[in-house]
Amino acid sequence: MRRVSITVNGVEHEAMVEPRQLLVYFLREQLGLTGTNVGCDTTTCGACTILVNGKSAKSCTMLAIQCDGAEITTIEALAQDGAMHPLQKAFHETHALQCGYCTPGMIMAGLDLINSNGELSEDDIRTGLEGNLCRCTGYHNIVKAIQQASGEMRSPART
Amino acid sequence: MAQVAEKAQKYVGGGVLRKEDPELLTGRAQYIDDISMPGMLWIAIVRSPLAHATINSVDTSQASGMPGVKGVYSGADLAGEWADGLPCAWPVTEDIKLPKHWPVAKDKVRHAGDPVAVVVAETRAQAVDATEAVEVDYEPLDVVVDMEAALAPGATKVHDDFDDNSCYVWNLDVGDVDDVFNNAPVVVKERYRHPRLIPNAIEPRGVVCQPNIPQGEFIVYSATQVPHILKTMLALTVGVAEQKVRVIAPDVGGGFGSKLNVYAEEAICLAIGRKLGVPVKWIEERSEGYLATIHGRDVVQDMEVAADENGKVTGFRANLHADMGAYLQLVTPGIPILGAFLYHGVYDCQAYSFTCTGVFTNKTPTDAYRGAGRPEATYAVERIMDALARKVGKDPVELRRLNFLEPFDEAREVITGLSFDSGNYGVSLDKALENFGYDDMRAEQKRRRDSGDAKQLGIGVSTYIEMCGLAPSQVLASLRYAAGGWDAATIRCHPTGKVTAITGTAPHGQGHVTSWSQIVADELGVPFEDVEVLHGDTAISPLGMDTYGSRSLSVGGVALHYAARKIVTKAKTIAAHELEVAEEDLEYDSGTFSVKGAPDKSKTVAEVAFSAWTAHNLPEGTEPGLEETHVFDPPNFTFPSGAHLCAVEVDTETGLTRVVKYVAVDDCGKIINSAIVEGQVHGGIAQGIAEAMYEEAVYDDNGVLMTSSMANYRVPSAAELPNFETDRTETPSTTNPLGVKGIGEAGTIASPPAVVNATIDALAPFGIDHIDKPVTPERVWAALQNAGGGSVEGRGTDTTAAGSGVGSADTPGGDA
Repeated sequence: MRRVSITVNGVEHEAMVEPRQLLVYFLREQLGLTGTNVGCDTTTCGACTILVNGKSAKSCTMLAIQCDGAEITTIEALAQDGAMHPLQKAFHETHALQCGYCTPGMIMAGLDLINSNGELSEDDIRTGLEGNLCRCTGYHNIVKAIQQASGEMRSPART
Repeated sequence: MAQVAEKAQKYVGGGVLRKEDPELLTGRAQYIDDISMPGMLWIAIVRSPLAHATINSVDTSQASGMPGVKGVYSGADLAGEWADGLPCAWPVTEDIKLPKHWPVAKDKVRHAGDPVAVVVAETRAQAVDATEAVEVDYEPLDVVVDMEAALAPGATKVHDDFDDNSCYVWNLDVGDVDDVFNNAPVVVKERYRHPRLIPNAIEPRGVVCQPNIPQGEFIVYSATQVPHILKTMLALTVGVAEQKVRVIAPDVGGGFGSKLNVYAEEAICLAIGRKLGVPVKWIEERSEGYLATIHGRDVVQDMEVAADENGKVTGFRANLHADMGAYLQLVTPGIPILGAFLYHGVYDCQAYSFTCTGVFTNKTPTDAYRGAGRPEATYAVERIMDALARKVGKDPVELRRLNFLEPFDEAREVITGLSFDSGNYGVSLDKALENFGYDDMRAEQKRRRDSGDAKQLGIGVSTYIEMCGLAPSQVLASLRYAAGGWDAATIRCHPTGKVTAITGTAPHGQGHVTSWSQIVADELGVPFEDVEVLHGDTAISPLGMDTYGSRSLSVGGVALHYAARKIVTKAKTIAAHELEVAEEDLEYDSGTFSVKGAPDKSKTVAEVAFSAWTAHNLPEGTEPGLEETHVFDPPNFTFPSGAHLCAVEVDTETGLTRVVKYVAVDDCGKIINSAIVEGQVHGGIAQGIAEAMYEEAVYDDNGVLMTSSMANYRVPSAAELPNFETDRTETPSTTNPLGVKGIGEAGTIASPPAVVNATIDALAPFGIDHIDKPVTPERVWAALQNAGGGSVEGRGTDTTAAGSGVGSADTPGGDA
């Protein structure tokens, strides 16, 4: 077992973990943050996408010990005081989710895409989401949601 | 026939935002892997790496001593746990071969992934670790992978009990088929292959069993589309009294047919929970699921059309081979039969023949995958219509118009004996052509052809029909399906005016909570927010037949409508009594009963619900309370239809093919929620494009699944797919009073032939008139190389030659 200190959604956690413990199971089973889902075992589907030090990462392909000292953001941190984040709101308004299983990963990937880029074209979004699979929506409305949120998050009205 | 209500509605028809979303968006959903209990143990399963072998022995001794391990059980150890094998509920013929299918194999394994032992341990990792230490001594046997090889005399048998690997032969002939085909001036025959598909719901399967030993009760949580069917079948398989089993489907992350089943792991968790008396949990790993969860399609069709010189069709003849895999799962044999009546599409004909041979092979069982039988039918019909158009030198659109069934708004019997509920096929096609800009696209295509552009444009059309709203119970009986096709709903009006609606459907992404709230809110005149929809728990919703086959709205939603009508009927009696008028003197509109001519004298449903609860002043003979249940058995199927148009761009230098424009016009009758309908169409089209262009499960000759994980089976991402332009026409169904037809599968049914027809159309200048799904760059490129600049021979008859590999979609050295 190894001792790690990982800040998750602003809260620092000191924990003992098995060296082979995957980050996603550390989040889900040790911290009870079950909003991050697991959809595959080959780093393909992206359901487990979270932010590590602000950049999107697939938490099924990182070990918890790799994140010693890191800051992690999961889907649970996005809504504030009961109000959805603009990206969550955009997913809701454009019907960009059906079963919802890929959604937390899709939103975290979308968030990094918006934060790391300037204006996003439809092509930018489609290419940027290549690592996240959805089987329900055909992506049409997911692309729309990210476009909508990207506009809102950049607009001067929002500080 | 039912009349469709034509009154103003507040919620129905609009794109009301979904009630389901907030929890799903914020990480508060509860999927199966989010369920955890004190004292819970983990189950992992040892699976055969071989496709066919005798089990000589299973040595569990080393595994049993590993850290955290609480038990290791072979198939022989668990033999006493089963009251019966896993169920097949659809023995399609009287003489079908029905193999025993034990949840854990005892003496033989018949496909890679067949369970051979079960490990129980304190943690997920400990359970998986111990599976590695279970030693199984296998005696490998010959493997049959290809259907044609499986049917050859002397082939290795998948099941020793039977004479051969033919599972069943099912046939439907109408009219003088031989006469029509022998005397037709034009006959076109082609062979179409439908690769095996892996459903890939993004949530893997999983089960938690929570036993309550003193009471002899078991709660089984499962990521399932069919909690009701599962409850009954688990009781029979594991030998638990049905009233002691409660099945709960928590939030379920997609299904597409793959969770419409009764799986070994569900039986195993119940049996182990009973054996050990503590909660147990199994969560599928994705690569494990590729072997353990059902596959879809894997059908080969020899399709023929007979016509006159002008292209007017006189007959369709389809001969199918359908790969069952190694066992029959819940509805495996019935899947091709769901398409058996649709091999004439939306076209008129005089003769019809459908034959399907089910074949056992050493592969994962096939079963329902989005569309189930109907995509196969539509693909064959729409491909052969294009082939016929080429043969008689007509535009494929004109050929379709020439052959459409005339428009009808009362149910009409067609050649197969089915009664199509309503249809107007030309209208959807016209709208699709307009939205697509058909003439402009053809002009652009001509420009590229004339200039010899490296990127050629192809245009594909698909005018489809599907049969859904499964299903009238008596029709199911005639098809030898073991259960009914009804569904149920209960509406409970609380004394405070709030409403609970309980449904027998089991949503897993379809948004029933929202759509059902819209229906109830409009019927009872209550706010949308005041309706709570409950589902997916057999203790709360004891009656139901679950969600599959685009049935939920047109059966379960209609049951809800009727339950609401019963509420209104009872409430009217109470309102009339309280207002001291005759019932005939009351008018009902949007939740309010008012006295004709004296609208200020009125009662709302909410007020009546309170009166019904206090029961202080009820009319003679009226029971207190305001709660009604309705069970709806549909009198007929519903028949959604539409026209899809696709444009692809083929890079003739690399074979890379991309969809550049996709237009869909669907007619699913009346709609409840426009956003949800559109979403279903988007997802369906994407899945159909995936089938047409990307996805294929490939086995090697030893029965090893080569596409063994998401890393090498290509589920397309946003980067591969286009936007979709969707539109609707609305021809109300005559099967039900809501006029609804269903939309869950339409996109998947319509799109594969549109895409493949477009690809072939793009390659037409090279003399290419056939290419199999999926139209990968490799296949397209090879077809172009073989065509050698336009001298290729027609492949229509070549592909049906013996030895071309009836069971393998990707025959080595063939095709492409």
